[in-house]
Amino acid sequence: MDEETSASRSEEDPAQSQEGIDSFDPMSGPMLFYNDRVIDHFTNPRNVGDLSEGAAIGFGLVGDPRCGDQTKLWIEVSSGRIARVRFRSFGCPGAIATSSMLTVLAEGRTIEEARAITDDDVIEALGGIPARKKHCSLLGVQALRAAIDDHEKRSSAAREDPA
Amino acid sequence: MIYLDHNATTPLHPRVLDAMLPYLRERFGNPSSPYRLGREAYAAVNRARRRIAEFLGAMPDEIVFTSGGTEADNLALRGVTRALFKSGNHLVTSTIEHHAVLKTFGDLEALGHRVTYLPVDPHGIVDAAALRDSLAPETILVSVMLANNETGVIQPVDEIVAIARERGVLVHTDAVQAAGKLSLRLHALGVDLASFSAHKICGPKGVGALYVRRGTPLAPLFTGGSHEDGTRAGTENVAGIVGFAEALAVACEAQDEQIARLGRLRDTLEGEIRARLDDVIVNGGQAPRVANTSNISFKGVEGESIVLQLDLAGIFVSTGSACTTGDPEPSHVLLGMGVDPLAAKGAIRFSLGPTTTNEDVAFTAPRVVDAVRRLRALSSLGERL
Repeated sequence: MDEETSASRSEEDPAQSQEGIDSFDPMSGPMLFYNDRVIDHFTNPRNVGDLSEGAAIGFGLVGDPRCGDQTKLWIEVSSGRIARVRFRSFGCPGAIATSSMLTVLAEGRTIEEARAITDDDVIEALGGIPARKKHCSLLGVQALRAAIDDHEKRSSAAREDPA
Repeated sequence: MIYLDHNATTPLHPRVLDAMLPYLRERFGNPSSPYRLGREAYAAVNRARRRIAEFLGAMPDEIVFTSGGTEADNLALRGVTRALFKSGNHLVTSTIEHHAVLKTFGDLEALGHRVTYLPVDPHGIVDAAALRDSLAPETILVSVMLANNETGVIQPVDEIVAIARERGVLVHTDAVQAAGKLSLRLHALGVDLASFSAHKICGPKGVGALYVRRGTPLAPLFTGGSHEDGTRAGTENVAGIVGFAEALAVACEAQDEQIARLGRLRDTLEGEIRARLDDVIVNGGQAPRVANTSNISFKGVEGESIVLQLDLAGIFVSTGSACTTGDPEPSHVLLGMGVDPLAAKGAIRFSLGPTTTNEDVAFTAPRVVDAVRRLRALSSLGERL
């Protein structure tokens, strides 16, 4: 059963990944349709969890679960780089997979590089997501920027009040 | 593959396919043609009409074949409002109808009709008493479904009929999810119009029927030939109609046994899931329901993620009605019942069918538990549960 399912998916996939991101729109019908990379990040999301409080931490929360999806994201900054990043998401497969991929893209980057990551970068790294799900990819990106802002606020507060 | 989405559609029963094939092959005639090939097709359509009428407790001339449930709903609502436009412009329905009904009423509102939407209680039952207060001299039609497609909750159509009858108001019911799942005697029920669909009962897609009680005023949607006594122009879907009758026959023959069997399986599924997971709500679970449907909210996770994880395990379920899957809004049926929006977003509909086995349920329950546990573990709402 499982083999059958994955076989039929991988058969469909080469065609999907050949299509450009913008032309990848299998969502004309009301059905779930994700490529293998999205399925992988949904099934085995990277960097799930949270980070404990501390001066090196930044926390971002985006989305209202009552009317959409929600992502919480934590970063730990060391020497101006994102040393660790963790997330939790309440949402559809698109929200989970894009948040997961975002953490992969953000890890090890400088603060400036991380802030420059866009939703299109995430979508491209995933090999495209259904057009109807494009807004999901914003969630992680916005949570990361919020976490960076939070970290900067904390570190400037720590500078002003070293005690 | 484990298919637990029978309220979306069902596999064709082998007996249905056998009944249909001759009318797709050698007996391909047009029922309106005067020669033997045409008369054979005409006879087949009328035989199907008689069988369906008998199973539904109606007369053959009260059955109008359509392209499915959606067309039957449209024909009933638009046909009555058009036929009675001089008598009044007020219509009544409920907040939990299928979109084929709700969106048709929305369109009729845009065309100038006034529509009252009856509320439902927390168990998913339409407030029939509220109908009495909503009736006005210009009320011409009430439409309330017989069984809800998302929760399976059975609606008090008999009470609706009793109240509407006193005031001479016509009653339509969308019986698409009730056929084969409830004993249906339309004359005894007293409705004036009722919609049916073949593909929900192991018949073919693209065919359904509207029951129109004798004497009910109804304007056609389609004009053209004098098919269906002028109520529905267009060459009959002969093979589909024959298949529809056979499907209803199969469903009715096994109905009592299936209702008992599916009820047990549904209870097992719900029991296994509730025994292993906290924060689980069976929506409509306290109300009378058709035996095959279970709508369960898993707090803290999003329904579509459960659907995908089960899909990967070879299990097919849905978040609500198939027509709205992919819609970012939670189900209007669950919201109408007052289900918390977060719980509504985590709702999954399991709908069992004649081919569902004990093994299917035994395989499914632990995989649902696994999916929900995994998704809850990575949910940002974890601590809110």
